[in-house]
Amino acid sequence: MATRKSSKRSASNKGNGNARGARPFWSGTITFGLVSVPVDLYPGTRTNRAPLRMLGPKGEPLSRRYFSQKTGKDLEDDEMIRGYEIDKDKYVMVTDEELERLAPESSRDIDLRRFVDLQSIPPLYFERSYFLAPSEGSEKAYKLLAGTMEKEGLAGVATFVMRGKEYLVAIFPENGILRAETMRFPDEIRSPREIDIPEKKKVPAATVKKFEKLISKHSDKHLSLKELKDEKTEQLLKLVEKKRKQHKDIVEVEEPEGDEGKVVDLMEVLKKSLAGKRKAA
Amino acid sequence: MAARAIWKGNLKLNSTKVPVKLYSAVKDQTVRFHILDVKSKTRVKQHMVNPETDEEVPNEEIQKGFEVEPGTFVILHEQELESLEPEASREIEVEQFVPPKEIPPEYYDRPYYLGPDGDSAAYFALAEALGNQKKEAVVRWVMRKQPYVGAIRAEDDHLVLFTLRNAEEVLSAKDLPRPAGRAPEKKELSMAKQLVELLKGEFDPKDYKDEYRVRVMEFVEKKAQGHKPKLHLVKTKRKAASLDKVLSKSIEALKKHKKAA
Repeated sequence: MATRKSSKRSASNKGNGNARGARPFWSGTITFGLVSVPVDLYPGTRTNRAPLRMLGPKGEPLSRRYFSQKTGKDLEDDEMIRGYEIDKDKYVMVTDEELERLAPESSRDIDLRRFVDLQSIPPLYFERSYFLAPSEGSEKAYKLLAGTMEKEGLAGVATFVMRGKEYLVAIFPENGILRAETMRFPDEIRSPREIDIPEKKKVPAATVKKFEKLISKHSDKHLSLKELKDEKTEQLLKLVEKKRKQHKDIVEVEEPEGDEGKVVDLMEVLKKSLAGKRKAA
Repeated sequence: MAARAIWKGNLKLNSTKVPVKLYSAVKDQTVRFHILDVKSKTRVKQHMVNPETDEEVPNEEIQKGFEVEPGTFVILHEQELESLEPEASREIEVEQFVPPKEIPPEYYDRPYYLGPDGDSAAYFALAEALGNQKKEAVVRWVMRKQPYVGAIRAEDDHLVLFTLRNAEEVLSAKDLPRPAGRAPEKKELSMAKQLVELLKGEFDPKDYKDEYRVRVMEFVEKKAQGHKPKLHLVKTKRKAASLDKVLSKSIEALKKHKKAA
């Protein structure tokens, strides 16, 4: 994603996908044929389950801020601009509005012009996962699209521009819900030849057989979710609990006023959004 | 251009070891901007401040804390965090082999190519065997003080290693309610089926290009030459029509298009 200027607020150091707030990350439209389905996009992953906060010497939570190297002063949103470096220390300034206007209207929709078999996209392309929820009034068309794709075992592929970047995306149906996987463009994937990995040599059939036997022996029908456990975080949480019980290294600070710093449960936001209750939330 | 390996290790399967080198499989092509101070047109920097006093807190005074409840932190010292680091190792341990469909798309994170390190016979034999058996290896390893779970699969003749997200990092569609709203009618369902069937095809990556990236670069170049390229105003419109009308119109248009092609 292109560099975004963050406000002082959002630039605080929480580093947690949950903290972004209850609003969708992006709102747009899926089209298939002439049917349009307005949708809201939410993150489908959390980057860190146990984010650590940066604290000052007395335990006071700190904020990350931009400052000018020239004056040393902190900068507000409207005091910063994007620059593309064309020469050393020489920049072409580009505004948000210009980036916005550079995307033709037709490029903003997720226009599903191709449907492919669910298993046919190599995982080399997958980058990040999002949920698409129906936005007000689009529930029926959304259900129709998700239901049809699920029944036919198909994923939809499209490109679209979102927040200053074009994305290649595959839309997968699951449990009546549409999931969007953003993907790398082909020129963002290197080839083994480019890296100079040696080309295949002929190998003795017996060696291949030996590996095939090993693979069969250690094969399971299902992925064990135990394998995907985050052990490091588990240990960190244990350490935290232990110190807490011992009343060791604990600091209490006054809670910040307002919504700033409030952690939002993404799952709850999604549930409300899918139940068509986002407005009430 | 030959790329340098970023890591070396041994892929370990029981007592069999396959020496491998790790290479990044991606090259990011995103147009990179710097953030500038509008007044001086110089690059900005970031620092940590106390938001109450606006005072900068130097790095050596910063502590890390875990928020156990709003406003209450347990401080974790550098030494304690280091004690949580896994032991360094050069081994990529195979845990199990599973059919590829067992690993959903949302779990795949970063891809790396594995290349043979030295003798390549075992490497190519394993790649061939994985391809023949249509399996992916689920692996664990430690790289740069981080523990990773990953998947190895054969792509053509070579091995690709993916880091996988942890189960806790991925929100599951299974834990979410099915969307509310009325169920579509039979007629709509059959038309929607016709429509996606008309659009069915193969996934061919060559069909997709980042056109916006090209536009942004052209715009930047024109500006660099002192031009002020004109941009159109963006308007958004939304048309409303009944679902089955739109569906039948779409099918008609696609059929016509196919005939003409």
